[in-house]
Amino acid sequence: MRARTLILGVCVLLLLLVPLLATWIGQTYYIDLVRRVMIFAIAAVSLNLILGYGGLVSFGHAAYLGVGGYSVGILAFYGIHNGWLQWGVAILASALVALAIGAISVRTRGIYFIMITLAFTQMLYYLGISVEEYGGDDGMRLKVKSQFSGLVDLADPVTFYYVVLVLLLSCMYFVHRLVGSRFGMVLRAAKSNEARSRAIGFSPYPYHLAAFVIAGAMCGLAGALLANHTAYIAPAFMDWTRSGEIMFMVILGGMATTPGPALGAFALLVVEDLLAGWTQHWQVILGPLLVLCVLFFKRGLAGLLPGSKDG
Amino acid sequence: MASAILEVRDLRKSFGALAATDGVSFELREGETHAIIGPNGAGKTTLISQLAGNLRPDSGHIRFAGEDVTHLSAPARAHKGFARSFQITSIYRDFTALDNVALAVQAHAGHSFRFWKPAREERSLREPARAMLEEVGLGARADVLAANLAHGEQRQLEVAMALATRPRLLLLDEPVAGMGLEESQRMVQFLRNLKGKRSIILVEHDMDAVFTLADRVSVLVYGRIIASGSPQEMRASPEVRRAYLGEEA
Amino acid sequence: MNWILLFEQALNGLQLGTTLFLMAAGLTLVFGIMNLVNLAHGSLYMIGAYLMVAAVQWTGSYPLSILLALLGTLAVGMLVEVIALRTLYERDHLDQVLATFGLILFFNELVAIIWGRTALFTALPPYLQGHIEIVPGSIFPLYRLVVIFVGLAVAAGLWYVVARTRLGMLVRAGASNRTMVAALGVNIRLLYTIVFGFGAALAGLAGLMAGPIYAVQPGMGELILIQVFVVIVIGGIGSIRGALVGALVVGMVDTMGRAFLKPLLGHFISPPAAEAAGPALASMLIYLLMAVVLALRPAGLFPAKSG
Repeated sequence: MRARTLILGVCVLLLLLVPLLATWIGQTYYIDLVRRVMIFAIAAVSLNLILGYGGLVSFGHAAYLGVGGYSVGILAFYGIHNGWLQWGVAILASALVALAIGAISVRTRGIYFIMITLAFTQMLYYLGISVEEYGGDDGMRLKVKSQFSGLVDLADPVTFYYVVLVLLLSCMYFVHRLVGSRFGMVLRAAKSNEARSRAIGFSPYPYHLAAFVIAGAMCGLAGALLANHTAYIAPAFMDWTRSGEIMFMVILGGMATTPGPALGAFALLVVEDLLAGWTQHWQVILGPLLVLCVLFFKRGLAGLLPGSKDG
Repeated sequence: MASAILEVRDLRKSFGALAATDGVSFELREGETHAIIGPNGAGKTTLISQLAGNLRPDSGHIRFAGEDVTHLSAPARAHKGFARSFQITSIYRDFTALDNVALAVQAHAGHSFRFWKPAREERSLREPARAMLEEVGLGARADVLAANLAHGEQRQLEVAMALATRPRLLLLDEPVAGMGLEESQRMVQFLRNLKGKRSIILVEHDMDAVFTLADRVSVLVYGRIIASGSPQEMRASPEVRRAYLGEEA
Repeated sequence: MNWILLFEQALNGLQLGTTLFLMAAGLTLVFGIMNLVNLAHGSLYMIGAYLMVAAVQWTGSYPLSILLALLGTLAVGMLVEVIALRTLYERDHLDQVLATFGLILFFNELVAIIWGRTALFTALPPYLQGHIEIVPGSIFPLYRLVVIFVGLAVAAGLWYVVARTRLGMLVRAGASNRTMVAALGVNIRLLYTIVFGFGAALAGLAGLMAGPIYAVQPGMGELILIQVFVVIVIGGIGSIRGALVGALVVGMVDTMGRAFLKPLLGHFISPPAAEAAGPALASMLIYLLMAVVLALRPAGLFPAKSG
């Protein structure tokens, strides 16, 4: 247990030091890279809540990246640059969309659930494409980053980096507390044995729905961050292959663990980056790698850490 | 006289052409232990599942403490005071024994939409859970992962979880199934101490358990109750012997 | 009301419906019998289309190419089943989703490597080109009519096999209760392989027929796959009848929606608003339909599984 905390502590320390190190060696590109990874890590943390702990195989999680991103983009389009408002709307809108989608989907199980979440994401994708006003297929640019009335300036890469880092750690801690709470215990129990949960008096539906909404809202925040990071928003944010990527981060990192999603995000995106540098056809290698990973590496990276057992 | 806490009227359930429950009616008095026996395939688990709320009967009524619960879901019945143990052990394998029972306690200790405080630190959940484990004899194994418990211990855990919800009605589906002699005797003694304090419906194959625990015995064959009476009456009845043993030859 | 246009769009809807049916039939059987979520089903569709293009270029003979494309897709399908999918039958759905997702990435990139990313066009033989005047004043592409007929013929053939033959009986039994079929001593492995191969062939057929109508490019499989999912959710898992009904409904609703929703809206709200909302709403139509069906019938319209 001690060794585990130590290793994770070192990781956090390294994250804290990245901007300084990058600036020192004159490769500020790494600040952007790691920041992007951390944003996806937040998305993965949110998915881990419903997938890893809740057992809900949602293939439509990328939808909330889109909802969050477009919330920021659309408000900016109309000249509203207040970050508090933008991000607040991003989170709220994502929560509402998750509520709507979840209310219908969460009642279903197994294969149906997977297909339905996929279908709804696709619906939002098509919605994004067909609304010409906001860029349609090409998306829209974000010319001005979210403004926080002088508190932080997101236009400064390093400041933005630390904002993302703080948010990532906060989200991870929040989920950590959540899964240990009464609510979290019921969620995990329902995943472990639904029949038993019903027999003792827990009806899983409200808990699944609530978890779905929380996860959606958190991913919406990631979407708002992503929009600021890339300075544009496009329907491609919601592409279902993106959902698949986030799922992989959760699996690769280790489901139902606290550090898992972050580890997975780093591993996957770094591997993608490396492969992409090698060949433009990197997906032909990544694909089989993912297959092998699923077949032989289920416990994920967090399973490699000392003292790993279900928290 | 103790009133009927459970009334089952003309319960029917078919799977395609197979009538698993074919017009079952009986009453359970408060504090009574009623055993249901019968050959394999008689429909005992189907009956228990309908009583517990896991299966919807095609027709018929179930009344509990005067209230019609026929269409109530399993969680809702749990809150009315039903508790069930499963024929095939159904516990939370990736949680410790203590966690298992604590969850059962939690289900009846207010709402669970609390998002921050660790449930494992709630004394009001942990202490009753620990006490319950002591009572069934698993006190020393509280922190063992349920998957790592011996089969007999897992069955004990099942019963502990059922009891932790402070039920008025216990539906026990073969509680000593797969247990060794000593273990099942211990379990039977434990259940014996519950007699009178709880209303129990017991499905069992183990005749020692049935005769020790039951106030009444009903024989279920092909979804129908063909005979019902005191254990002695059932033991002596030629009808029952034929239905039970004749079928199994 | 332009009846001619309505008629033509209805035929288009029928054509999309039959294409969706070919895809859905195979997929729903694989779901129902083997409990396997196969996202790579769309890849088989894509492979069918590409093999057709390649075969036509290679042999110049349309009928021969059909055979080659079908056999090729079948071969790829079987290969994938033996190498990658066999181990997934016992795994949970999450593993299946992720593994087949990996396969999608692989196949999409593979065809891009071999044939490039730009859309390919398939030339039709002269006897399939041209238009037919079905009703006076309405001309409709002959090829699309052929596609409809082939689709309906396959549907009829499938109905016959499923309803009237021993194999079909096993398939139906397997869809509603897999363990029982295994307990009856049926060679499950072989049954699975046959079912999967069949599904692959259907997907390949859909793909090779779709080539001239839609663009042949990497990722084409996923575009149609999602619609196929909607079909299966609406129709019910494991049911051929559900797949047919679902496919026709989805095909019609989607096509008619795209064609008529905007002008229809224009009657009720201002034209600029209809211009904006029309296409958006039209593209969401089938998903909204799915949501409604699910709210009323959570297991779809004709689910095969009982209990």
